[in-house]
Amino acid sequence: MIPPTFDYVRPASVEEAVRGLAEGGEEAKVLAGGQSLLPLLRLRLAFPELVVDVGRVAELRGVREDGDTLVIGALTTHHDVLRDPLVRRYAGLLAAATATVADPAVRHRGTLGGSLAHADPAGDLPAVALALDAELVAAGPGGRRTVPARDFFVDYLQSALAPDELLVEIRVPKAEGWGFHYEKFHRVAQAWAVVGVAALVRRDDGRVAEARIGLTNMGATPLRAAAAEAALAGAGDGQAVARAAEAAAEGTRPTRDTSASPEYREHLARVLTRRAVLAAAGMG
Amino acid sequence: MTSTTEREVGRARPRKEDAHLITGQTNWTDNIQAGGLLYMAFLRSPLAHARIERIDVAPALQRPGVVAAFTGADLADGLGSMPCVWPVTEDIVMPAHPPVAADEVRYAGDPVAVVVARDRYAAADALEAIEVDYEPLPPVLDLEGALAEDAPLVHADKGTNRCYVWPLRTGEEFDAVRERAEVTLKRRYHQQRLIANAMEPRAVAVTPVAASGEYTLYSSTQVPHIARLLLAGVTGIPENKLRVVAPDVGGGFGSKLQVYGEEAVALDVARRLGRPVKWTESRSEGYLATHQGRGMIQDVEIAATREGRLLGLKVDLLADMGAYLMLITPGTPLLGAFMYPGIYKMDSYEFTCTGVFTTRTPTDAYRGAGRPEATFAIERIMDDLAAELGVDPMELRRRNWIRHEEFPYTTVAGLTYDSGHYEAATDRALALFGYDELRAEQRKRAEGQDAVRLGIGVSTYTEMCGLAPSRVLRDLRYAAGGWEAASIRMLPTGKVEVVTGTSPHGQGHVTSWSQIAADVLGVPFEDVEVVHGDTRAAPQGMDTYGSRSLVVGGSAVHHAAVKVVEKARKVAAHLLEASEQDLDFADGVFSVKGSPEARRTIQEVAFATFTSHDLPEGLEPTINAEHLLDPDTFSYPHGTHLCAVEVDTETGQVRIRSYVCVDDVGRVVNPMIVEGQVHGGLAQGIAQALYEEAVYDDEGNLVSGTMADYLVPSAADLPDFVTDRTQTPATSNPLGVKGVGEAGTIASTPAVVNAVVDALRPLGVGDVRMPCTPERIWQAVREARS
Amino acid sequence: MTHISVKVDGTTYEDEVEPRLLLVHYLRDRLGLTGTPVGCDTSNCGACTVDLDGESVKSCAVLAVQADGGEVTTVQGLARDGEWTALQRAFHERHALQCGYCTPGMIMAARDLLRDNPRPTPEEVRQGLEGNLCRCTGYQNIVRAVLAASGQEVTA
Repeated sequence: MIPPTFDYVRPASVEEAVRGLAEGGEEAKVLAGGQSLLPLLRLRLAFPELVVDVGRVAELRGVREDGDTLVIGALTTHHDVLRDPLVRRYAGLLAAATATVADPAVRHRGTLGGSLAHADPAGDLPAVALALDAELVAAGPGGRRTVPARDFFVDYLQSALAPDELLVEIRVPKAEGWGFHYEKFHRVAQAWAVVGVAALVRRDDGRVAEARIGLTNMGATPLRAAAAEAALAGAGDGQAVARAAEAAAEGTRPTRDTSASPEYREHLARVLTRRAVLAAAGMG
Repeated sequence: MTSTTEREVGRARPRKEDAHLITGQTNWTDNIQAGGLLYMAFLRSPLAHARIERIDVAPALQRPGVVAAFTGADLADGLGSMPCVWPVTEDIVMPAHPPVAADEVRYAGDPVAVVVARDRYAAADALEAIEVDYEPLPPVLDLEGALAEDAPLVHADKGTNRCYVWPLRTGEEFDAVRERAEVTLKRRYHQQRLIANAMEPRAVAVTPVAASGEYTLYSSTQVPHIARLLLAGVTGIPENKLRVVAPDVGGGFGSKLQVYGEEAVALDVARRLGRPVKWTESRSEGYLATHQGRGMIQDVEIAATREGRLLGLKVDLLADMGAYLMLITPGTPLLGAFMYPGIYKMDSYEFTCTGVFTTRTPTDAYRGAGRPEATFAIERIMDDLAAELGVDPMELRRRNWIRHEEFPYTTVAGLTYDSGHYEAATDRALALFGYDELRAEQRKRAEGQDAVRLGIGVSTYTEMCGLAPSRVLRDLRYAAGGWEAASIRMLPTGKVEVVTGTSPHGQGHVTSWSQIAADVLGVPFEDVEVVHGDTRAAPQGMDTYGSRSLVVGGSAVHHAAVKVVEKARKVAAHLLEASEQDLDFADGVFSVKGSPEARRTIQEVAFATFTSHDLPEGLEPTINAEHLLDPDTFSYPHGTHLCAVEVDTETGQVRIRSYVCVDDVGRVVNPMIVEGQVHGGLAQGIAQALYEEAVYDDEGNLVSGTMADYLVPSAADLPDFVTDRTQTPATSNPLGVKGVGEAGTIASTPAVVNAVVDALRPLGVGDVRMPCTPERIWQAVREARS
Repeated sequence: MTHISVKVDGTTYEDEVEPRLLLVHYLRDRLGLTGTPVGCDTSNCGACTVDLDGESVKSCAVLAVQADGGEVTTVQGLARDGEWTALQRAFHERHALQCGYCTPGMIMAARDLLRDNPRPTPEEVRQGLEGNLCRCTGYQNIVRAVLAASGQEVTA
């Protein structure tokens, strides 16, 4: 229950934050909303020497439009994301999934950027970022770079961010007119997803023209269900969707824990993908 | 004129306890501050079983803010073995249980050292500096494997992992009954290990007065009186120098019906340092260090006729003691021993319980303690038998239960149930539930292709409360009695103090005891205060557990109040210059028969007694009274619980669609409190059925080791309950009450599991192990289909 | 040590704190505001819920330094001149607490819920309180109390 000691800085700007991270090196940790970091500290599962609290960096908050792209500041809280009119209009999937993250008090503090940078495959939002084909913008000593979501999640709790990089914004292509659904399967309301399926579906003439499926907790990183996506193209009815969803677990490597075996997770991925796609496509 | 006091008993009084709790003006043990207070933290074994080869606390002493650190060996001269007060058989194996392990650790979480520091942060940091070398020993985890000849031993010096074998044989020989039975069923059920999760983690604080050798121990405990007695023994502090206080206590559910090593260590450290000390467990620490509940394999065999008349029941239990015997570890499974036949008539009953040591956190009481296991086994196998016979599960129960005109009824297990009306409770429950309609819907849906199946679960339970007649406890080899104490102090201003030996931690005794006393004394509810949970203020008591408090402690309050009235009558008669026989007493007023203007309120009598200016010759100047009540027998609440679930056969997900229960807990003192007890009990019983389990891996590590992994359900996970009551008063106490603290927990677990199995039975599924997780249900369906 | 200035229940406090100090420990151990309890170490139970700058937060999941310059309301700051809030009254009248340990957090979470959604359905109350665990009540009377405090008719 007691965090270990650490040094603490509270930069006022991105530049200051990056400088702080550079000085702290491997032993520095970014504190955004703290809803992932503080539990790790309390259980003494993390021992950073320096905590860089970016909570006061105002430029990291908020949602804006940039042409066909929605730009969400990394420090925007879950609470703000799921109420944001732009997010609801152009990235409804993100709002829907964010509503299932933890509980209201945690959503008041937890941030989109923090959730993604934490790179927990059991978190709901990494799979959503994948399905949305989001891009993540990192600021480092050498300036900014953009990383596609598919390259961002490197391994379990490991992102593509360098130790001296800070995630500053999430760029989401507007997906107006796409159907969406986040199907979260968990044992109690507060529990992590056993499996989650983020589905984004573009319809054309009553058929699935294009589907993008992100999978939560089906491996060391969030995953796209590529085989199912391919099989879904052209699906015109529930049976076709069901057949395509059978491929949802291909290429996944789910773990075993107290909630599920890998085999059961694969089964759930198939069932939930079918349900999520049907709901997203309005075929349910 | 006398104003008529509204009868308090039976009223839904909002609680007196609430004001400080809803405003944050609380007195939890962790709130306690004292000059020079030091904080303790325990280093615990990361291994399930190991020899301590070397331990060095010296590096911890170098850390800032650290005042002292002790190993088990350091404390051995100050502390004895932690006591178990229920040696259930003559030849029970009772290993030593040092509060801090010195040579060997026997479960992950066994404490090996304690540090004492100026604040909780420094104490936590210092733990990391302690050096320990462990030599791993083989863990002992499987209950059957632990009994094998060549099994590694939890306590090598004892030569066996078998703690005890406790048999009970009543009625006809079961073998003979099995012979003539047309139908027999054998089932194995598993009671998973559970963690109580009282919302307040355990905490203890000690303030010593070194000069006089006096100690006050504050503890988040259900049992301050028992703790005082036993901690005096463990520490050698004279009992009359030790005061134990249970301040606000945030729930217990059995987990604080315990005397813990940390309490003993806190006393000893305070004695060694002459400084006040405090310790509060973190939740994850508590998962290892606070005793767990259940943990049992139940082999159950039932014999019946083809018509569904029960002939006999045979029960073989393997009960997981864990690594050590704590306060009542061995006796806990036996609290159910007499309850397996439930509400049914039969000719034969055989019961054997074998206690087994394992290298896991010790088990002990958890809400219901023995009785939920018994009810689960009988109610599950009744459903299985109904399926086997092809009759409706409720119909099978009707054919076998004790009819209301048969009370009092002595069961095959030898208990005499004094009162009850199973038909009435059941009829009411069926009507509220819409049983027939739901059965019709179930049939219809099973015919279709719906992946979501409807299941209906039944549980008609009884339990024994009112622990306990001391002579029965003697026969069961329990080391103490089962009485309860109450005293009533009539203050000069007319205010009343009720002193109770019960120790509430959420049950609302202050309110209910006020209602009881107000009625007998005829004083306003508001004029009564209830004193509890402090061995100095309430010196006698047996504390709170086992749904005993109202039945024994509330009845003691009633008796004490009656004594007050009788003592006051003497004084009133003198003041009114009448004979005692000529006095009426109603609504708090003594009046002379035939001349109602000649009157004295009991509160006036209290003042007159205080001044003592005009008392009868030789009369002791007090109308205060005390009563110690040793009950003659138990009480037997009962009820009918019905649960409808929807089971998604594709994912295994269960949703409770409706839950109806009709409980008969006898007369009700405060219906709002009673209903609340039922709600909470249901939530815990449902949680056992569907969500919760202390899961250990093959090395003996607790893998459901935090509240993020051990699934305590929230409001979003539970349904609205429909609750109702029937009332057949208990005949064994003056209030007619039966006890309600555990009813919901006892009844609901089998109702839910029966509903899950009922949904899946048409698919060929006959059982799902608890908790009925989605994956287990999915697996069961898959296996049945293949 | 880091300097912080925090307003808690109407009083401003200036303190030097270790950066690692949790807000809940700051409240309890430094300010003596022990009305806010600790129930877990994983942010699951919600017993420590307080208001920070107008939003419910779990005070075990906030560092005291993060609250610097902020305004905290705890359960101890709700009643005005001894007058309970509608939620406190409803919790009392509907028997929405037993041991009372979850109650401060439950009331603070319910207060946030009603601020967001003044007339919630029973289901919305249940979902809105998903981050607050109670082991005594089975939640039923808590749900009733929150509905009652919202001014809605509550049957049974």
